[in-house]
Amino acid sequence: MNLLISIVAVLILMLLAMGMTMNHVTIYFLTAIAPYAAIAVFLAGFIRRILLWAKSPVPFRIPTTCGQEKSLPWIKSSPLENPSGLPGVIGRMALEVLLFRSLFRNTDVEMIDGRPVYGSASWLWFFGLVFHGSLLVIILRHLRFFTEPILPGIAGLTAVDGFLELAIPTLYLSDVMLLAAVIFLFVRRIINAPLRYISLAADYFALLLIAAIAVTGLWMRHIQPTDLEQVKALVMGWVTLSPHSPQGVGVVFFIHLFLICVLLAWFPFSKLMHAGGVFLSPTRNLANNSRSQRHMNPWNGPVLVHTYEEYEDEFRDKMKAAGLPVEKE
Amino acid sequence: MNKNKWGFIILGLAIFVIGITFPFWYGKGKSTPPPLLSLDTPAITALTEKRCVEDTAFMRANHMKLLDAWRDEAVREGHRLYTAKNGRTFEKSLTGTCLQCHSNKEQFCDRCHNYVGAKPSCFNCHIIPGEVKQ
Repeated sequence: MNLLISIVAVLILMLLAMGMTMNHVTIYFLTAIAPYAAIAVFLAGFIRRILLWAKSPVPFRIPTTCGQEKSLPWIKSSPLENPSGLPGVIGRMALEVLLFRSLFRNTDVEMIDGRPVYGSASWLWFFGLVFHGSLLVIILRHLRFFTEPILPGIAGLTAVDGFLELAIPTLYLSDVMLLAAVIFLFVRRIINAPLRYISLAADYFALLLIAAIAVTGLWMRHIQPTDLEQVKALVMGWVTLSPHSPQGVGVVFFIHLFLICVLLAWFPFSKLMHAGGVFLSPTRNLANNSRSQRHMNPWNGPVLVHTYEEYEDEFRDKMKAAGLPVEKE
Repeated sequence: MNKNKWGFIILGLAIFVIGITFPFWYGKGKSTPPPLLSLDTPAITALTEKRCVEDTAFMRANHMKLLDAWRDEAVREGHRLYTAKNGRTFEKSLTGTCLQCHSNKEQFCDRCHNYVGAKPSCFNCHIIPGEVKQ
């Protein structure tokens, strides 16, 4: 059901984009207003979400510890698994953000001959890394439309990405790997029953939306080429704040563009915000220094304390009369 | 770390915003005109009907696929004649057909290819017209 909802949602968005290519007013909306609106919502929503997370109180140290804490000098500690200061935290965050280290630890349990057997299950880590890596390369490659003169380095990246020189125009490895990874991540949600049970419509929607963007992009490159000169003129029009409608770029381009606008505008309100959230996870970004530093809860109220000295002062006469020992005579 | 928290947040957000808006300030707001393709070659000037192998819109979008198909058909299958939609026939040859009219690679091919960052491999093998004379 959740799957059906998200398939229908993506199809409706694609039909909407196709419908919008019918007349000039909606084409103007699609090429001159929607991209700016989407990027504005994306930026503002992203910043708002980050500030909300940043304002959330984290009074105590709650890092997940995966190794020996730093203690006595002769006990070997593991600064990346259990960081005690800023350098360790930066190293740990870099491994997490760039290499998805915590996903790599994923294990699976299986019953073999009546006994539970644990083993490493790194497929999600592998395809997750492939997915994010190829997405990054694809976004960087698109800078050829967004910069004039083209940013140095993009040509080199593009050449490496297309080094197989298969077909004309060249098939990019990142495109193939992105599609393979999206298919894996999607099929994983479908065939794994426990995972299917916890999958929401928004989970499928994110994958299907990105898959639809990738397929329309590949379509424009390999099946129905679009006029790239018009596309670049359109993009340079956005960048120089003087947008104009492109001529003869075909319906697939408008679908591609509209789906990207939807993705950008939806991003800050979705689980895709893990892009910013990973940096603000208290279980990752805190140093485990609870033993070397005292962390006070900042909103503790003042506690009314009645010390023993005060108690004895108050009841000294009565204690003496009852024959109880007192510290001060 | 707590006292540095807002420093890190602001640093992170600044990197994010600058990264996302990078194309806006990279070109410094200067508008760059799309490339003008020069059709001013002796062979084109001499033509009565200025029409490429197919119509301009088709050629703009599909010339790379056409050339790819021509290469395969001519070199691998030996079919060397192409019949256009309007019935005219052409020899399937980059040097013998395309470059006879478009003899100005720098003012024609390169302008668009540089503008959109396309790196066709035609001239890895084919000779660039006029290059020998230079």
